[in-house]
Amino acid sequence: MTQDILKVNGLKAYYQMNYFGVEREVRAVDDITMTVRRNEVYGIAGESSSGKTSFIKVLAAAIRPPFRVVDGSVEYDFSGRTIDVTTASEEEVEAIRWKHLSYIMQGSMSVLNPVRRIGKTFEDFAARPLGLSGRAFRERVVGHLAKLKLPPNVLNAYPHELSGGMRQRVTIGLATVCHPEFIIADEPTTALDVVVQKEVLSLIRDIQREMGAAVIFVTHDMSVHANVADRVGIIYAGRLVEEGPTREMFFAPKHPYTAHLVASLPRIGDTSQRPALEGRPPNLADPPQGCRFHPRCPLAVDKCRREVPPLETVGKDHRTACWRWEDVEPLDHVHQAHSREAMA
Amino acid sequence: MSTLLEVSHVSKTFSMGGLLSRQHVQAVQDASFTLETDRPEIFTIIGESGSGKTTLARMILGLELPSEGEIRFRGQTVSHKAPRAERLAFMSHVQPVFQNPFEAFNPLKRIDRYLASTARRFLDLSDESAIDKVMDEALHKVGLSLAEVHGRYPHELSGGQLQRCAIARALIPNPPLLIADEPVSMVDASLRMSIVNLLKALRDDFGVSVIYITHDLATAYYISNRIIIMQKGRIVEMGDARTVLEAPEHPYSRLLKASVLSTEDAGAGKLATDPEMVRVAGELAAAPSSHLAERPDGRLVRVYEGA
Ligand SMILES: Nc1ncnc2c1ncn2[C@@H]1O[C@H](COP(=O)(O)OP(=O)(O)OP(=O)(O)O)[C@@H](O)[C@H]1O
Ligand SMILES: Nc1ncnc2c1ncn2[C@@H]1O[C@H](COP(=O)(O)OP(=O)(O)OP(=O)(O)O)[C@@H](O)[C@H]1O
Ligand SMILES: [Mg+2]
Ligand SMILES: [Mg+2]
Repeated sequence: MTQDILKVNGLKAYYQMNYFGVEREVRAVDDITMTVRRNEVYGIAGESSSGKTSFIKVLAAAIRPPFRVVDGSVEYDFSGRTIDVTTASEEEVEAIRWKHLSYIMQGSMSVLNPVRRIGKTFEDFAARPLGLSGRAFRERVVGHLAKLKLPPNVLNAYPHELSGGMRQRVTIGLATVCHPEFIIADEPTTALDVVVQKEVLSLIRDIQREMGAAVIFVTHDMSVHANVADRVGIIYAGRLVEEGPTREMFFAPKHPYTAHLVASLPRIGDTSQRPALEGRPPNLADPPQGCRFHPRCPLAVDKCRREVPPLETVGKDHRTACWRWEDVEPLDHVHQAHSREAMA
Repeated sequence: MSTLLEVSHVSKTFSMGGLLSRQHVQAVQDASFTLETDRPEIFTIIGESGSGKTTLARMILGLELPSEGEIRFRGQTVSHKAPRAERLAFMSHVQPVFQNPFEAFNPLKRIDRYLASTARRFLDLSDESAIDKVMDEALHKVGLSLAEVHGRYPHELSGGQLQRCAIARALIPNPPLLIADEPVSMVDASLRMSIVNLLKALRDDFGVSVIYITHDLATAYYISNRIIIMQKGRIVEMGDARTVLEAPEHPYSRLLKASVLSTEDAGAGKLATDPEMVRVAGELAAAPSSHLAERPDGRLVRVYEGA
């Protein structure tokens, strides 16, 4: 058994559409190579509409036209059994869902059938993989929901009778009750208050540790990454532009976009204006030449406008795609102050 | 001084579950507050998941009727059962941004058509180019453009794009009151700040009041005038936002502030919460008898009889 549970190689996935007779191609995932190890939590952050959901949809084998894999592979190793989900048949993918691979989608509660009680939905998806029924099954589910701070009576409720955050926790419950080996989660805690959010994150991490499983999750909330992820990857305009150990990403970022993201966090007690990023997000149908970040980058030089920087290794487990990575500094005082001692 | 919105002793009880297992949920219990017309403000509601924030917002919008108490907008009782013309006028003045854009938009309806029907209905526009202009302006305020969303269905947009479309739609009728239920939960920190600054500008430059429901204490601190903190259907603390957030008094408010994740220990994996704080806050939620008491600094804090 290798250390890596997921290997993504040169992945390109585009939305290929025909709008009123005009061909349009949105290059939402454009040449991503990365791996996720067993027993790790890998966090993904990045600008709105940079392709994060698109990327993990491919990982979750949840894509359909006009979204297509154009190139590359996505290979899992489940207890010695490998499967490339970009080429696997639907049956093969169904066979690994819930038990080995589960996917918590962004915002969409589409796994929750509006006219079916929550308890029934649990039976539909989890009873068979768990090999339990009747009382034993119900007890297992109730125990699991309790860890998500949900009372047993949510099982009798219809989805619309629950609050947004309760529904979100129900979908997390569904995705984790079978203790899968690989959990993919897209903004799993956006609708939760900070107290419950911590409980839910702890639960996800406990399951991950208990099973030596792997988790890959997307969130805009950098403080969640700071406290949950082992490694963090940053996506900008369809590309992975930096990845590294969590601590280094905050205190010694090597890509100017990462430095910006970390610095744009507001804090209680601080009402100062945050540095906003100049310019608009790149158009993924016609991305900028060279480094895609160059039009908005404070460090950009001529080379950045012409040549695409490769994702190169700059430290242990740390890769960045920036021609000027040696000149990148943390932008805000909090992380600057900590940066030297923290990294020493 | 005239009153824009008056929420007066409002409660809401739902019954849930089948015939045999019917249970009552007290979603909101005795909530009261007032927004004044000539003092536009950002009024923030923060609190536990399931504590009644969305239910309160839906009652203010007249989508749900209170079980007890009354809500008045400019002196008139809010209700979806109001006569049609009156209801339409109300809706053009009080606009919602719903909690989850993935659930709020009809998946079969193009986003631009959605925005256009709002413009047609509330601005009484019929000229296509005028409608396009209004939509484009609203979208620009949230960092999008009509060209980017033209012809697209909700599932063809990213979470953050969809959430921003929902805000743009609500801005079209130029409402004096905006009810925004977690409007920036799906956008990155940089965009989040620009949208929050937009809400601030709406208040300062156009006199718009905003009821801002959020889980994000940092943006709440940054823009709010007043804040209420809710726990299990009850308001537990209410007052000037900075006073409350700098030194919260109610045990649940303190627990909330203490639970905010920080990046200063990035990589240390800190997710523990003080169990004693959780226990104390949890016990109070179950206490039968309590009321809001006023403090010298003007805030209201829930106190418990016999505690
Ligand atoms: N079905 C689709 N058809 C066409 N374009 C799409 C479709 N789904 C997404 N896109 C586009 O692909 C790009 C990437 O979207 P994606 O949802 O992956 O972004 P994201 O990084 O998850 O953003 P957010 O943080 O806002 O959720 C966006 O420009 C989006 O409009
Ligand atoms: N239509 C309904 N029928 C029955 N119960 C309901 C209904 N709508 C809401 N509830 C219940 O009312 C309570 C408050 O829900 P509400 O959606 O107002 O919470 P919230 O504060 O917005 O939570 P969140 O932060 O998770 O969105 C919850 O216990 C919920 O289950
Ligand atoms: Mg997304
Ligand atoms: Mg809600």
